[in-house]
Amino acid sequence: MNKKTSTSAYLSSIENRLNEFFIMIAGLWIFTVQFFRYVFVPPYEVYEIRKHMNELGIKTLPIVSVTGFIIGLVLAMQTQPVLARFGAEAYLPGSVGISIVRELGPVITALIFAGRVSSGIGAELGSMRVTEQIDAMEVSAVDPFKYLVVTRIFACTFILPILTVYVIFIALAGAYIAVVLVQNMTIEYYTNAVLYSVEFGDAIPGVAKTFVFGYIVGLVGSYKGYTATNGTEGVGRASTTAVVVSSLMILIFDMILVKITLWLWPTF
Amino acid sequence: MVEINNLKKAFNSHIVLDDVSLSVEKGENLVVFGRSGTGKSVLLKCMVRLMEPDSGKIIIDGKDVLSLNIKELNELRKQIGFLFQSAALYDSMSVRQNLEFPLIRHFNFTPEEREQKVISVLEKVSLVEAIDKMPSELSGGMKKRIGLARSIITEPKLMLYDEPTTGLDPITSKEISYLILELQKSLNMTSVVVTHDLLCAEIIADRAIVLNEGKVQYQGSIPELTSSNDPFLKNFFSHEFIKENNQVN
Repeated sequence: MNKKTSTSAYLSSIENRLNEFFIMIAGLWIFTVQFFRYVFVPPYEVYEIRKHMNELGIKTLPIVSVTGFIIGLVLAMQTQPVLARFGAEAYLPGSVGISIVRELGPVITALIFAGRVSSGIGAELGSMRVTEQIDAMEVSAVDPFKYLVVTRIFACTFILPILTVYVIFIALAGAYIAVVLVQNMTIEYYTNAVLYSVEFGDAIPGVAKTFVFGYIVGLVGSYKGYTATNGTEGVGRASTTAVVVSSLMILIFDMILVKITLWLWPTF
Repeated sequence: MVEINNLKKAFNSHIVLDDVSLSVEKGENLVVFGRSGTGKSVLLKCMVRLMEPDSGKIIIDGKDVLSLNIKELNELRKQIGFLFQSAALYDSMSVRQNLEFPLIRHFNFTPEEREQKVISVLEKVSLVEAIDKMPSELSGGMKKRIGLARSIITEPKLMLYDEPTTGLDPITSKEISYLILELQKSLNMTSVVVTHDLLCAEIIADRAIVLNEGKVQYQGSIPELTSSNDPFLKNFFSHEFIKENNQVN
């Protein structure tokens, strides 16, 4: 009897989670449709977008700087002995450069951005929802979706690529420090080796996909916060689930976008 | 000004509003009483379509609210002020920005005209000195006043108050009540006030209704309701009951 009860409780909890999952997917889809419906319609809320871009960029800058530098440094330190095993140490700047530009720079920046920004947006909009600020906006005939959600998603979409380019340079600087520690290499030689190996075509898909990652971070954070319920508990949940969902979506979309890139440009 | 007919609203199987009908004349102050959870706030939210009722009709200023499209609804909302229980000030904006928010979006005022409007409305609520403060720096009573100032800055025809004095001390509560009455008179507004505060109702109300079990069960002037021999009303308006409800909310 007890076993039967616990099985049915287990099945019902799976059913609830599946329900929540499909509701979230539908909600994200509706938010996407709404975003593209509103983003081209005036008023454009340029001041709000600029404010969010400044805030999000400045908020994330210290942590992405430190992380980018360390990632570049560690990657070079780890790669050097492997290349030495094959007598290919001369390829160190090139291989590290390609890894950073194509994959590590964009994905690491996006994941850190998700952790810092998605939770912040989730908490901010969630607390606006539970304290009736969103209702107050709606009742004063201002569309809260356009004012709060569209501006944040737009800002995230365009600030992340800028941060990514910055992180790529910081990570390459970190890698240079590691290279100097183990090899006697001048900065000119290192720069030339990186520029020789990393083509412009390597950077384009890498940076282009961060527009999608930025969009995901803004979308998930806004969705979780905007639809928050159950008071402060709901705000906390919105904030944490925003990070989990956006990080997971970034990795899934990274896989899809790499596959699409390879399909479109097989030599990439 | 307001006419509500057979309004129904349920959350799943829980019926909150069951066939509510009422009307409010132009310039009248209607107070809505009722126990906690009887749908008073839901009634206000349905009136501005922050919640969609299941059925019924709401006519405000001659317009059928439930059949308006979003553009028409927003036009109507510009004529309505709403003071939320928590004041709902935008906490990322200063008092000035809170007050300017509806003005920037709905009117073509010059910055000087906007500033003049903001100062004038702050003078009405006696809080000019708070103009550059953030909501987190304000006390509960000050927040309510600023919330009130934000609601009236567009000079609405209809004001909806959701528990305007809840959580305030008796003196501040009385001050807010007189302020509401004064503003209503000077701006010639129609008001619907949801409250548990009998003192506030005595100051403001031209007429009151009592919601019970989702229906309008009683209506009349405050003296008529408080002096009624009906057991429910007697119990409801006893000092202890009001006090108990104020504490709950």
